[in-house]
Formats: sequence, C-alpha cells, structure tokens
Amino acid sequence: MSNTPKRKKSAAADDDIGRDIRLELFRLQLELRLCEKRAYDLFLQNLIKGTSHLSLGQEAIAAAFGVAMRPDDWTFCTYRGHAHTLARGASMSGVLGELMGRECGLLGGKGGSMHLTDVSKGAMGSYAIIGAHLPVAAGAAWSAQYRGTEQVAVCFFGDGTTNIGAFHEALNFSVVWKLPVIFVCENNLYMEYTPISAVTAVEHPAADRAAAYGLEKIVVDGNDADEMYRTASKYIERARRGGGPALIEAMTYRHSGHSRADPGKYRPEGELEKWLERDPIKIYRERLLELGIVEATLNDIEGEVMQQVNDATETAKASAPPSLDGIYRHVWADGGAAWRN
Amino acid sequence: MAELTYRDAVAAGIAQEMKRDERVVFLGEDVAHAGGVFKATVGLLDQFGPKRVRDCPISEQAILGAAMGAAMTGLRPIAEIMFSDFLAVCWDIVANEIAKSRYMTNGQVQVPLVIRTANGAGSRFGAQHSQSVENWAMMIPGIKVVAPAFPADVKGLIAAAVRDDDPVLVFEQKSLYSFKGEVPDGEHVDELGKARVLRQGKDCTIVALALMVHRALAAAEILEKEHGISCTVVDVRSLVPLDTVTILAEVARTGRLVTVEENPRLCGWGAEIASIIADECFWELDGPIIRITTPHIPLPSADQLEDNTIPSVERIVREIVEKID
Repeated sequence: MSNTPKRKKSAAADDDIGRDIRLELFRLQLELRLCEKRAYDLFLQNLIKGTSHLSLGQEAIAAAFGVAMRPDDWTFCTYRGHAHTLARGASMSGVLGELMGRECGLLGGKGGSMHLTDVSKGAMGSYAIIGAHLPVAAGAAWSAQYRGTEQVAVCFFGDGTTNIGAFHEALNFSVVWKLPVIFVCENNLYMEYTPISAVTAVEHPAADRAAAYGLEKIVVDGNDADEMYRTASKYIERARRGGGPALIEAMTYRHSGHSRADPGKYRPEGELEKWLERDPIKIYRERLLELGIVEATLNDIEGEVMQQVNDATETAKASAPPSLDGIYRHVWADGGAAWRN
Repeated sequence: MAELTYRDAVAAGIAQEMKRDERVVFLGEDVAHAGGVFKATVGLLDQFGPKRVRDCPISEQAILGAAMGAAMTGLRPIAEIMFSDFLAVCWDIVANEIAKSRYMTNGQVQVPLVIRTANGAGSRFGAQHSQSVENWAMMIPGIKVVAPAFPADVKGLIAAAVRDDDPVLVFEQKSLYSFKGEVPDGEHVDELGKARVLRQGKDCTIVALALMVHRALAAAEILEKEHGISCTVVDVRSLVPLDTVTILAEVARTGRLVTVEENPRLCGWGAEIASIIADECFWELDGPIIRITTPHIPLPSADQLEDNTIPSVERIVREIVEKID
C-alpha cells in the first residue's frame, strides 16, 4: 500500500497534471465545443454548405492530445477533424472560414470541412477516405525516425476504421519498423449509422485487435480529459524515446448524428441522455471546482472563449469568397495546373 | 557510354539519386535482400544499407501511404509496386491522397515521391499481372506519369522524377527489362514532359509508348522497305506532362496520326492525343486518325493468345498499309 498522504482538494496545483495544464485542458475543450456549436449554428443559417461531421461530445480526446503533443509533432485526422485541427492551434477564423467557403479559410476554400489542414501547426491533414491516413501517419513517423528528430505522429480515427484493410496494414507496418506513431481510435459506438458492435467480431474494435500486432490493449475513458492526457503523454513520450507505436481506444460518444444529414434516430432511447451526463466538459468543470479552482476563473475562461468564437465568426463572415484564380493553382509544385506544354 | 540493360538502368538511376541526396529512400516488397522480383534493384541494399533500402510486408496501402507521409515531412521516397496491376489495391492512396493533397490544402502539403512499377504484357502472366495501366494514372489530376522505352531514358527519367517536387509514377516495361542500350556515363538526368522523335518520315506519324515504341520502329522499317510508306516515330515518354508541342508539329509535318497503345481500347492515352490532334491540327490532316490498341478485353495468357492481343509489328504494318494506302 502506498503511504503517500491523501491529496487535498487543492491538489490541482501540485499533482501530476497540475493547475496550469488543467486550465489549458478546460479552455481547449471549450474552444472545440463552442467553435463546433457555432459551426452547427452557421449550418442552420445556410452559411455553411456541404457536409460536416461534428465532434460534439468527443472534445476531451483532441484537447488532451493537443496539450500533450510537442509543437513539432504531427496530427493526422479524419473528416471529423475540426476539433483535432483546432486543438493544434489552427485559427478559428481559418476553420470557420473554410467551412463557409471564404478566402480566409485554412485551405482557401479548396478543401472544405473534411480536409482541414494547417501544416504550420503540425495539423497534417484531415482525410476523408476511411483508413487512408493511418499509413500516411506511419510514413511521417518513419521520416522522424530516419532523420532522428524525435517527432511523433498521432493518428485519430473512428471505430469504423478498424474494419478496413489500411488499419491492419498500417499497424503491422508500424510495429515491424518500430515507428513513433500513436494510433487513437475514438470509439463513439457507431460506424456512421450502424452500431459498431453489430459489425465487428470483438467487443473493443481497436484494443482487442492490438494483440494481433504485439501491442498492449489500451482502453481509456475518452470523456475524461485527465485520463486522456495521462495516456497521451505516456505513449507519446515512449514513442519519442524509440519505444514504438501504441494503439489507444478511447471510449466516447458523439452528441449529434454522423454528419449533417443524420439526426441519429437509430440510437436507443435514453442513450444520448446517459452520455450527456458524462459530457466531458461538464465532468471537467465539476472536477476543477472540486480541486479548488474558483468558479470565477472558469467563468472568465468561458467568456473569453465565447468572445473568441464570436470574433472568428465575424472575421469569417466578412471574408470574401475565394478568388477564381485559385481553381487553377496548386495542382503542381510550380503553383499551376498545366498538364501539357 | 556504357551498355546497360533496362533493369540495370533502374538500379543505376536509383543509386545515382541516393548517392546525391540523403533524403532519398527506397521501399517495396522483395526489393532489398532479393533485389526485386525482376532483379531491377540488385545491389542497392549493399550500397546504401538497410536504413535506406527497405523490404516491406505485402501491404501496398502501407507502402504508398508511408511513402506519402515521409514525402510530406521531408524525405524523397521511391516506392516500388511490384506489378502495376497491384496499383488497384492501393489506388485510394494514389488517386485520392497523393494526387490531391497539394491542391486540397491550397499548396500547404507537397508530396515529392516516385512510384515505380512493372507494367505491360509479354510474359504470359495473364490478366492480373500483364496489364498496361498507364492510362489509369494519366486521368488523375495531380500525378505525373512517365513510361520509358530505353535504358538511358529509364535512368534519366527516374532521376528527373526523384528531383521533381510532384509525385511521379514511373511505368517500367517488364518485357523490356533485359533490353540493352547505351546509357551516358556519369550523372544522367532527363526531363519530364518531353517526347522524342526517333525517326522522321514524310507520310505518317506514329506516336507510341514503352514497348510499342520498339514495335513502331520495327514496323516503320518494314513500311519503308516493303510498302514505300515513310514514317515518323515519336516516343511519347511522358504522358503527364504531355509534350503536345512535339506531337502536334510531327503530325502536322506528315498529315497523318497513328497511335500505338498497349492499353485496352477505351480511354487509352491515344484517345486523348487523337482528341488534341482533332481539335488543334484538324486542317493539317490528310486522313482519319488511326488508333492501334489492345482490344477491350482482359489479357489472356497463352503465347498464341497474348501475341494476338497486344499490337504486334505485323499488325501495325497491316493496319497502316490498309488505312493509309
């Protein structure tokens, strides 16, 4: 038995995570939540077209990694990637502008919701074909290993991805080459509209496959930002030191449907309500208060983040539609689109 | 000038670039210890070591995905896909990821990599190991595509592909691996997007690629000697970028276009060239455009059957004589 004294409520200041990181985790989760909610509002106002896959309810995972990663580490994420891109520090106006098809968008209006990227922040792309980015993340990790830079690639994907071939190819490849890559499965219980349990041979779609690649089984509460942060930090640092890849399954739930087109009617009655009780931001706010952080501090952060989202919305709304010149730019490295002389 | 086989020119091109640039790495199935199933990469492991020359599992998506991720983050990978037919199992990575990332990210991401693959018929391997799929690649915006016919071009175009900041697919012709030819001594770097006029004639311009270049040249000899038809032969070499300046000029000079393609008929690369000629060179033409292609069928394997599907020297001669005379 440990004989360390029981932590007091003010432990936020001096435990393994500490007050500053906790406030950062709180702020970042709020940024992801409020920006995502704003994106939804802008849809309803028809200011955002196309499709969109929201991360409402899954913020703790993106935020924990966002805080735990080194600025020069790399994120690879899916079409449900608004949160992961923002979590690396991409500008809110850049994200909202891209969703709205404006000049100020991160991709100048050429990618849209499903391809958010900010290379300057290490957000190496949102990939809209299931499974495609797992091998790409492995390749970035190979580059880090080859050049000895101690960078780590982190690759986020959903539970549905575990049933496609690229998932298995990438895991085997990364283990054999001992690459510094962390694969993070956000298990939100549904592959698009179908329960993952109805189409998967094992209970934990990612973690129960880990043993097949000589990896340990890791299942973590994806709605607990502290647990996510501890897990992220541990395996990122291990990978950075040459310890090879990890496969983490984070249990979570999306509060909205799969995409804009999906009201989520296939979910059993009461399931959403149960998970709303376990809303990661609600849980975290309560914990911070329990740990002795005064409510005024949290209220201030909430006010600041709301202001930030409002400002970003106004910036994006004020931005012009992209110039038509962009259509023929950046097919090739010379900046153009010519395929013949 | 040294005489090298086409397969040795592959290794020579890769070695030249790996020596020059530490960022160049090479990966594929059976490429390191075994030196490739076509023995086109023999010696590279010994010369550059296991950190830079790497054997991979049979995981084409992982191979090309890893090459892409490495290229996005500072390396210049060369990835081998053993048979071009296998591109079908990793086509998502080629067509959706590698080709589109630069554009979709408005220029933030660059993917300077080379995919080499053994393409084409002639080895009696049947329908899943003999296809000519250069036209699959040509129709995807964002990938450059070359298909060398001679050892010197193999070395020079691989070198140019490695140095290019865009993704380049190099289609090597598997039935040409033992073909010998002169390769310039010392560093040899070619240029993407340049066709080459191999022979000039008065009556007809034959535009061909890879193995079909050799057959077009042989057919041109026969047409000249036995039928009095004098042919220009243009080796396209690069489908993307496409050297339309050379092709348009050479067709205008003779007033006739014949494409000789190993790909099956529908949407073969010759169709695009025929369209360009029809649009831009119509009034210079003295007769209809002729496309000689493999029929629109999966390839059969027996000697007799395969030889009667892909365009032969005899068939090129026959079709030109019938349609031009």
